[in-house]
Amino acid sequence: MANNNEVILLDFWPSSFGMRVRIALHEKGVEFEYRDEDLRNKSELLVKMNPIHKKIPVLVHNNKPVCESSIIVQYIDEVWSDKSPLLPSDPYQRAHARFWADFIDKKTYDGTKKIWTSKGEDQVVAKKEFIEHLKVLEEQLGDKPYFGGDTFGYVDVSLIPFYSWFYILETEGNFKIEESNTKIIEWAKRCMQRESVAKTLPDQKKLYEFVQEYKKKLGVE
Amino acid sequence: MGDEVEVRVHGMWASTYSKRVELALKIKGIPYEYVEEDLMNKSQALLEYNPIHKKVPVLVHNGKPIVESLVILEYIDEVWPDHAPRLLPRDPVDRARVRFWSGFLQNQLLESVLKLVMSSGEEQEKALDELHEKMTIMEQEMGDIIPKDISSIQSKSLGLLDIQVICTLGAYKAHEQVLGVKILDPHKHSLIYAWVNAMMDLPMIKEITPPHDNVVNFIQMIFKINPSA
Repeated sequence: MANNNEVILLDFWPSSFGMRVRIALHEKGVEFEYRDEDLRNKSELLVKMNPIHKKIPVLVHNNKPVCESSIIVQYIDEVWSDKSPLLPSDPYQRAHARFWADFIDKKTYDGTKKIWTSKGEDQVVAKKEFIEHLKVLEEQLGDKPYFGGDTFGYVDVSLIPFYSWFYILETEGNFKIEESNTKIIEWAKRCMQRESVAKTLPDQKKLYEFVQEYKKKLGVE
Repeated sequence: MGDEVEVRVHGMWASTYSKRVELALKIKGIPYEYVEEDLMNKSQALLEYNPIHKKVPVLVHNGKPIVESLVILEYIDEVWPDHAPRLLPRDPVDRARVRFWSGFLQNQLLESVLKLVMSSGEEQEKALDELHEKMTIMEQEMGDIIPKDISSIQSKSLGLLDIQVICTLGAYKAHEQVLGVKILDPHKHSLIYAWVNAMMDLPMIKEITPPHDNVVNFIQMIFKINPSA
């Protein structure tokens, strides 16, 4: 069988980073084989394709690996450039998009993790910081439907996976994100209307159950 | 001072992030005005250009600011595509590899260098081992990307990864002097050793490299290290 366009995604369903790649592939209409990894028993292919970090997601395109979610999304945009561009064509706008994706990378994952792994005063601080973080992003969004403007793009792809974690954050943190960050919720619901996002983001309650199991294993109450 | 100047860089002499931007512009032969920032007393301009992080470097192009060194480098490559060399390769797989290793140098390698500088005794030995392990991984996995024929290295053919290597490892001699450890050993990591030294010897790089003693003093001051006897 000829492998002239074989695309395999090594991933793990709860991973927000993996979700970015799935959304990008769906936006572009790329057919791919999804492989869910058992992170306690990584496949030979994963270790071979990402020997440095041994992490998911890894995109294997015609047997060549591409690692790191932001790098993979840019790669997908460059290779399948004929459809649904994720990055704008103007260099200044592109720099702007890359800056905000980098900002999201630097703060969101750690920010959300702090909330569901901490208690008491630490959790209060974590929640406050996260709300502030979302406020900065809301300011950036302004009145636009998406971060990229009229079209769903690179920054939206970078951020939307974290929305699937909101139920966990709200339950663990006993707060409602919508109360302080209405715009982000509106934006998230708008994104969820896209097929690529709707079929990628896991059910929020299923994710919550996964996290409870995971916490039990870690010995965190 | 208005924005009649087309390209301006707000930087700091000891910041390797700032150097990346200057190097990229110099390599591509793009003239620019340089503004040295006092990081203890940041200019109003800097705070306006980079309100989120309030850091250097900032590239101001026709009055518009671009921040984050790697974002700036990709911008430079895209805005001046006719100014050779290209900082990133054309092929998407190669671009992804360059971005990956660039990230590795900027995050993983730099993290180990920082650990090394900020620790002492047994912890420092561990940090040094960790750094060396990462350099071994680089030599094993970067393979074809590391230039084998170092006589072919010239300023006109430097790219993003070369810039990253210069800025992460170029000051190794100053670090070695301050810490009294061997960071870059030609016997352990011959490829990286040859690559770094070939580039640091280029006239354009020498021109932009701060004097060795200044770097030594700066490292000692910033990490509050007492000069070794």
